[in-house]
Amino acid sequence: MSTVAPRVPLVRRVWRSDDARRGFACVAGGLVLAVMTGPSGSGTAPTSGFTGSLFHVRVVGFVLFGLVLWGLITARSRYSSQVRAFSAKVTAAPRRLLPDRRVRRVVYLAVLGFAIYYPTILNSFWQEVLVDQIGVYVLLAIGLNVVVGYAGLLDLGYVAFYAIGAYSAAYWTGALPIHPLFHLNPFYAIPLAILAAMFAGVLLGVPTLRLRGDYLAIVTLGAGEIIQIVATNLQGVTGGAQGVIGIPHFSVHLFGIRYSWGLDSLPYYYLLLGFVVIVLFAFRSLENSRVGRAWVAIREDEVAAESAGINVLKYKVMAFAIGASTSGFAGMLEASKISFVEPSDLTVQFSILILVLVIFGGMGSLPGAIVGAAVLQWLPQFLRIHPLFGFQQQDLYMYLGALLIVMMIFRPEGIIPSRRRKREIGLAEHGVGHADAMGHTSGPVS
Amino acid sequence: MCFTQNFWNLVVSGLADGFLYALIAIGYTLVYGVLQLINFAHSEVFMSGGFASYFILNAAIGTSQPHGIASVGFLALGTIGGGLGGAVVAFLLERVAYRPLRRRNAPRLAFLISAIGASYFIYNLAGKEFGRNALEIPSPFTNGPVFTIFGATVQTVYIVVAVAAVIMLVLVDRVVATTRLGKGIRAVAQDAETASLMGVNIDRVISQTFIIGGVLGGAAGFLFGLPFGVVYTMGFTPALKAFTAAVLGGVGNIRGAMIGGLILGIAENLGVACTQASWRDVVAFGILVLVLLIRPTGILGEQLGRAA
Repeated sequence: MSTVAPRVPLVRRVWRSDDARRGFACVAGGLVLAVMTGPSGSGTAPTSGFTGSLFHVRVVGFVLFGLVLWGLITARSRYSSQVRAFSAKVTAAPRRLLPDRRVRRVVYLAVLGFAIYYPTILNSFWQEVLVDQIGVYVLLAIGLNVVVGYAGLLDLGYVAFYAIGAYSAAYWTGALPIHPLFHLNPFYAIPLAILAAMFAGVLLGVPTLRLRGDYLAIVTLGAGEIIQIVATNLQGVTGGAQGVIGIPHFSVHLFGIRYSWGLDSLPYYYLLLGFVVIVLFAFRSLENSRVGRAWVAIREDEVAAESAGINVLKYKVMAFAIGASTSGFAGMLEASKISFVEPSDLTVQFSILILVLVIFGGMGSLPGAIVGAAVLQWLPQFLRIHPLFGFQQQDLYMYLGALLIVMMIFRPEGIIPSRRRKREIGLAEHGVGHADAMGHTSGPVS
Repeated sequence: MCFTQNFWNLVVSGLADGFLYALIAIGYTLVYGVLQLINFAHSEVFMSGGFASYFILNAAIGTSQPHGIASVGFLALGTIGGGLGGAVVAFLLERVAYRPLRRRNAPRLAFLISAIGASYFIYNLAGKEFGRNALEIPSPFTNGPVFTIFGATVQTVYIVVAVAAVIMLVLVDRVVATTRLGKGIRAVAQDAETASLMGVNIDRVISQTFIIGGVLGGAAGFLFGLPFGVVYTMGFTPALKAFTAAVLGGVGNIRGAMIGGLILGIAENLGVACTQASWRDVVAFGILVLVLLIRPTGILGEQLGRAA
């Protein structure tokens, strides 16, 4: 009669179904989370961490969490449209959150007002966190956002430029073993530090940016590592492993204004806020300028951009150098605030941290970079002082690493996506454009 | 010159380093061949192999001091254990950090970021679970000078590394060149789309490629851990150098990775003789930048698709 469908046993059919696979992944994810948040083990008792997390009542909660997650995902996939094709959702430009320009302005002003008022009601611990842990990192994230978000390049050695900025501050104020011709207050050395970092960025960028994007990633990763080795071992120049101490605070003596930043965090906060606002305006107009459009073109299709007359290398180097100079500036500011630089702080992890802030917030999105940095830098501090969570600072990068994977799988555009970036990623996933500047080797196989 | 005095000693220790770099570099090169991506988390595959072999040998040897045929047996056990550990981690890595992105045809940037996340997750998890201090692998043999060549003393551990590495390198070279699996890998590297039309199961080939790279990387983790011990951060530097070796030989080219590893090992040791030991990584990095500047396609060239 009719064709007989191959009889697949029910067990195998269920086992092979998408639902089962998702369920397995969700429960496995719950168990991984249980291990991550569970007790630590040691070299002599390597399984104690695993057994302590998995054979404990709390694991039930994590498995339940996985099951609930599974239920939510399944429900969503059942009741949302099943259209996976080149849908209108992908091609249409995502809507603005606040379409009205005037409303947007009011919101921006309100946020600024809040940023000015809020720190004054905090205690000195949180004020310090606000500068050392949040403010500086917001600035760094905004800078790296130019490299990763606007130009679509992967810079894993961001710390190198931070270090150059910090050591520039030390050099021009005479804190290093080698002395400049004249000493400057760090406030006046800012342009010099920015220039030094920018120069380093160009120096590192020009040879590597001609190559495939992953080479840039690994070269910058190496450069980040090298800068720490150099800072540690070049005793006569950098002061060696003990670092440099005695970098003076900022002070201004100009046009009749005399002001010195001291040990208090709040004045630094406002200085930083001022710089962040300036940088935001600068990058915002850069994004909408000829340069910004060149970056978009390169991201979407490098070959097409090149044949349209865009000097790809030039714009890549430009993005890289802008990012580098922002990092250098942040480095010099922080060095001057805490008045020392230590090579042991200049780790590759530092670069990865900034990358996580940008990715979490949203590549190419300035609000994303700010919110991402603020949330992710605030959270560990909050968890650390509340013993309930049992959070250990040394596990931070384990969580951040997991966060990177999860973001890339589920929400590569970040929590506050740039509209353009989001659309690009969606298009790239449907075979239109690249959404990064990784060079023109054939893409990953599907 | 600064290295002429100890030249042969440096060459011997350089070769030992070089064999390790070659083993790790093949993991990079194979994955690069099929995915056109640098597997940033390969350092953690290496580290996992070191830890796996540590736990296995710790249980097997304990405090005894094996010699003779037992030493060989324990060495084989450690190498296989390390290889298995590396293979498991490489397999999971591909499943969790790469495959969901491949399914979605995500931008290449996303793959790199996901791999970096995986790397940080794995090594910090290892630090949390196994402690953050270096652990010493119980030695399956007593190390000592065996013979001298051109005035250079050859230690037992060098011979162990060289023998184990040569066996594995020849094996992987033959596997890729002659077996059905190798044919699949080469086909996917040449043109994944066409390969899949010809009936090659791309997902399976990619998984297998990660596993082969994981076996070699994990075994290298054991051979590295023998003299230096294992610690959760052990992967970073050797992997960066192995990547340099892969680029030096030509990314995607298996024999290139071998040659690149040996050359880098020797060059690094000779270079260090001219500076101090603390500048060791700077020498290797300098070589990487020089290669990228002068001949980015490497010594043997990038033979994507003709991976043997």
